[in-house]
Amino acid sequence: MTFSLANAGRRETLPGGIDLRGVRARTLALGLVSLGVICAIALGAAMTGDDGLGTHLLAKKLPPSWDFPFGTDPLGRDMAIRTLKGLALSLRVGVIASFASSLIALVLALAAATLGSTVDHMVGVLVDTFFAVPHLVLLILVSFALGGGTSGVIVAVAVSHWPRITRVLRAEILQVLSSDYVRVAHGFGRSPFKIAVEHLVPHLIPQVLVGFLLLFPHAILHEAGLTFLGFGIEPNRPAVGILLAESMRYLTAGYWWLAVFPGLSLLLMVLAFDGLAAGAKALVSPREAQD
Amino acid sequence: MKNRLSPVREIDAKAPTCRFWLRFAASRLLRVVLVLTLVSILAFALVSMAPLDPVDAYLGPNIFHISPEQRDLVVARWGLDQPPLMRYVTWVGHVFTGDLGVSPIFNQPVATVIATRFSASLALMTIAWTASGALGFCLGLVAGTWRRSWAAKIIRVYAYMLAAAPTFWIAIILLIVFGVVLGWTPICCAAPIGLTPDQISLGQRLSHIILPATALTFLGIAQITLYTCQETAEFMNSDVAIFARAQGASRWDILRRHAIRHAALPAITVQFAGIGELFGGSILAETVFTYPGLGQAAVAAGIRGDEPLLLGITLFSAAIVSIGNSIADALYHVIDPRITLAS
Repeated sequence: MTFSLANAGRRETLPGGIDLRGVRARTLALGLVSLGVICAIALGAAMTGDDGLGTHLLAKKLPPSWDFPFGTDPLGRDMAIRTLKGLALSLRVGVIASFASSLIALVLALAAATLGSTVDHMVGVLVDTFFAVPHLVLLILVSFALGGGTSGVIVAVAVSHWPRITRVLRAEILQVLSSDYVRVAHGFGRSPFKIAVEHLVPHLIPQVLVGFLLLFPHAILHEAGLTFLGFGIEPNRPAVGILLAESMRYLTAGYWWLAVFPGLSLLLMVLAFDGLAAGAKALVSPREAQD
Repeated sequence: MKNRLSPVREIDAKAPTCRFWLRFAASRLLRVVLVLTLVSILAFALVSMAPLDPVDAYLGPNIFHISPEQRDLVVARWGLDQPPLMRYVTWVGHVFTGDLGVSPIFNQPVATVIATRFSASLALMTIAWTASGALGFCLGLVAGTWRRSWAAKIIRVYAYMLAAAPTFWIAIILLIVFGVVLGWTPICCAAPIGLTPDQISLGQRLSHIILPATALTFLGIAQITLYTCQETAEFMNSDVAIFARAQGASRWDILRRHAIRHAALPAITVQFAGIGELFGGSILAETVFTYPGLGQAAVAAGIRGDEPLLLGITLFSAAIVSIGNSIADALYHVIDPRITLAS
């Protein structure tokens, strides 16, 4: 760890007694900044309204400038606003997908860990089945089954991200179940339901929360990939994937800004979620966050 | 690993025996068959659910030249008047004889489409798989050995950025820089347009494959780098490494004599387990570069409603990923005999 010499003498602490110079505090700060970025994207998209999406034939193909920071496309649409709207859509898909997948994972993991070895094996085979199909192929299949469209994309991303967290949660539950305090509770005649509510769930909530946040980047990138491939195209609703697919048509014409800025914004948002997840982890499991 | 410095193992671990490997292979084979069966059921159910009518999709605009009676004939000939379960059984029966059906959009047997398309993808994926593995491993070793150095910090930031960047966006950026601005590489396809396969030289093929392969390599590098970095950093904190340091060995010595061997097999395992990811990446990369591989065929099948091809590609890719996962599992036992002992 590199300490800056200027601060070496002073002690700077947050109200909670967290040392500002520690790794954990820095991770927490990173998480807060990330949260700020994400909120700014959501608020910005909500406040800009739909009039920015219209075409302005006088302002076609403009490179980035102060008026149009991301430039304009060949129909004269402001790329900054379209990107913002696209990111907001990604954000929504991310929320729905993370929520649905965490819920499915929690139910399956609980079932696998508590309902005996037959159910455990069945869940294991189910997880293996979903792992065997390349994720993008699975997404194409599901969105094909639902007839494409934005809803097809949302559902496809939502129902396909649970296998990994299911594995993690199952291992976690098995570990808690074999711990001494659960055995003691069992010995005192506590019902399995009470043990689940009083001992398992409080232990799992932080894990589910971190899993939920770690899922976001995957969901967002898959949504962008799927819309890029042409699934779920609705021309008047910009998604980052659609913007990038459109930019492909004008590459040889030299309109580089059409591709560079939407992708860079998406990258930034994914990094923000990574930071948020790291911050949450620092709160939930301080020991691991010190690495 | 014959390592004189390593502390005495608590468990007397023996390498897995021949009998173990036979049992392992049998159980994995059973598992793969079970998983593939479930994949086929899942894929078939999903495709059957689709609101798209396969006959309409096949006929396209010709639908207006056809009478309802003729349409019913097509439906009966394709067996679409049967219940889904019967259709599934018929399909699986045909799959076992190697007949995956005929792809309407390519107008060829699905097996032929997959074979020709996959040979193009295989070249792409092999280059990317090998290059990302080798590069990522080296970067990870450096970042893990000299953890506090600037090089390590740059490598880590770089890997995190790559992990967060959308594959197809990196591909587009590469295309802009090298294809359009610098003009070093062609911007599309696997060969110059308008040539027959025997007219294309190896050089032309290489110049067309280099950009998609680079894009795909970037995708794979991040994970292997971060994994190797962590593995090596942990090793550098182990008793073995600390003792070697105390004896006066430099970090480079430890890296050369111990860390490489320590990290190599886990890295190969990660590479094998990452084949599914690579396959997904190749779909995106092939779409960006209009490279006529299997991934592009999968997208075409999904968008234009080619059900037999979509089913065939799903099964085929699942088989490849399963084999990759099985190899990864087997390697775990080779690396660490204690896993075998525990199970």
